[in-house]
Amino acid sequence: MAKKLSLEELPSKAREIRRDIIQMLAEAGSGHPGGSLSATDILTALYFHLMNHDPAKPKWPDRDRLILSKGHGAPALYTALAHAGYFPRELLWTLRKLESPLQGHPDMRRLPGLEASTGSLGQGLSIGIGCALARRLDKKSFYTYVVMSDGETNEGQTWEAASAAAHHRVDHLIVILDYNKFQLDDAVHKICDMEPMVGKWQNFNWHVQEIDGHNVKQIVAAVREAQEVKGRPCIIVAHTIKGKGVSFMENNNHFHGVAPTKEEATKALAELA
Amino acid sequence: MEKKLGCATRDAYGEVLVQLGQENPDVVVLDADLSKSTKTAAFGEKFPDRFFNVGIQEADMVGIAAGLASSGKIPFVSSFACFVVCKAYDQLRMSVAFPELNVKIVASHGGISVGEDGASQQSIEDFALMSSLPGFVVMSPADAVSAKALVREAAKYKGPVYIRTGRPKTPILHSGNTSFQIGKGVRLREGKDVTLVATGLLVWEALEAEEKLKAEGIEASVIDLHTIKPLDRELLLEEARRTHAFVVSEEHQIWGGLGSAVARLLAQECPSAIEFVAIQDTYSESGKPEELFQKYGLTSAHIVKAAKKALSRKGRVAVS
Repeated sequence: MAKKLSLEELPSKAREIRRDIIQMLAEAGSGHPGGSLSATDILTALYFHLMNHDPAKPKWPDRDRLILSKGHGAPALYTALAHAGYFPRELLWTLRKLESPLQGHPDMRRLPGLEASTGSLGQGLSIGIGCALARRLDKKSFYTYVVMSDGETNEGQTWEAASAAAHHRVDHLIVILDYNKFQLDDAVHKICDMEPMVGKWQNFNWHVQEIDGHNVKQIVAAVREAQEVKGRPCIIVAHTIKGKGVSFMENNNHFHGVAPTKEEATKALAELA
Repeated sequence: MEKKLGCATRDAYGEVLVQLGQENPDVVVLDADLSKSTKTAAFGEKFPDRFFNVGIQEADMVGIAAGLASSGKIPFVSSFACFVVCKAYDQLRMSVAFPELNVKIVASHGGISVGEDGASQQSIEDFALMSSLPGFVVMSPADAVSAKALVREAAKYKGPVYIRTGRPKTPILHSGNTSFQIGKGVRLREGKDVTLVATGLLVWEALEAEEKLKAEGIEASVIDLHTIKPLDRELLLEEARRTHAFVVSEEHQIWGGLGSAVARLLAQECPSAIEFVAIQDTYSESGKPEELFQKYGLTSAHIVKAAKKALSRKGRVAVS
């Protein structure tokens, strides 16, 4: 079983993870810093405080599952998995290189700890429903977490899944929406405005909470509340900042899909020291 | 040869699905509001906890199946072929094929024998699309006997499988003693002059064509190639070395179907004269299945004509 950190220890773990994200992206020379940094506190709270999982037994049937539906946030997920002990941290520096298990987007066949292969947006929630239904059939008690992006809510499949999950009264399914307000081309409200985001999910009959997605206390409290909900799927709309933690990346959509140069990485690492 | 009608391949699927549900608690079924037509409804009545009618949302259905499979279930996913394949193609690609998950897609209303409902409901592209997904097994049983056996084989097999079933009742071609294996065709007739390879409803047409050819002194082999992918190389090459002439028949668009697959194999391994009976790059329309088969060139008469054409070229094809 993975060792759990205390609430107080989570922010420094998140900072370590942010440092490795910057370093691995600079090494790779390509990738998605913005959405990796916005999801970092969420993934840190899940992997190091909330989830029951065992890096030594990645296929343990009773493990909590985490599906990163926003597959381009892979650097954050890979770093969390490495720090949790699924594989050596040195592997992070092979990101996006030929034959590396750390593919540009997650490939569950290649790396332990991955619950889905993602990268085509909008698919993770449906897969999560499948895991949660299997849990119900097998009378197990694990939770399935799906980390989604706001851009993904443009996809029709998201709303197919939203209606089906509520209709089938799927619980033990907790979605965390990394609401960083940007998608690739521009701000979400300029490309395809999804507001009212909270109202949409409420109207689909989900249990909805709204939090600051960089406040680990709020993340943990919201997940604890969602764990207790019976007969309904849960979503936590987590307001986040794209590029969080690096001043010149925050809300700068250039860094959606452009890796930092060596100089930018040095500057970023100094800020995250 | 007497034409004895059995049940439709979709009915055979519905029947064997209930048996599989009894035998294996891990078998689960998903449908997208077509369970009366795809014949999964009987499973749903018998095992309501393991049956998920997700509504008219094929993409979500395929994704849910992927999650169930990754947690150890054996999901059977059904809708009309054109809907589950075309509307959920990205989900079949990313959520099922890429991670190599154990999901079975059994899609009904394949081909133009759907009939009166017209082109929007008739799947003529599914073999091409599903064969293009790396690792997917693609099958198209010709009658109820083979459909039941192949659905069972699919349940035993670990990995993604696509099976096309059909709407109309089908003539019974196989006896209960025939063994059916994924990737192994069944030789129904053996002849020295030409090989008639067919899949699905076209197998019956090929058998009729064989009788007509025989009356004219031409001896034909007839192969039920129920598995489009992986191809039965051994059987096809054995035929090629003997007859050097082929007609490949399918209820599918000519681009990218069984014909293309057989032609590629023969071109590489044993060049032979080859003709194709398939839909000529067009959509079909409303009508009775037999009228549509006539109009779109899928009858035994079309196979006979194609066989003669192949035979006329046989001597001129380089033989290795």
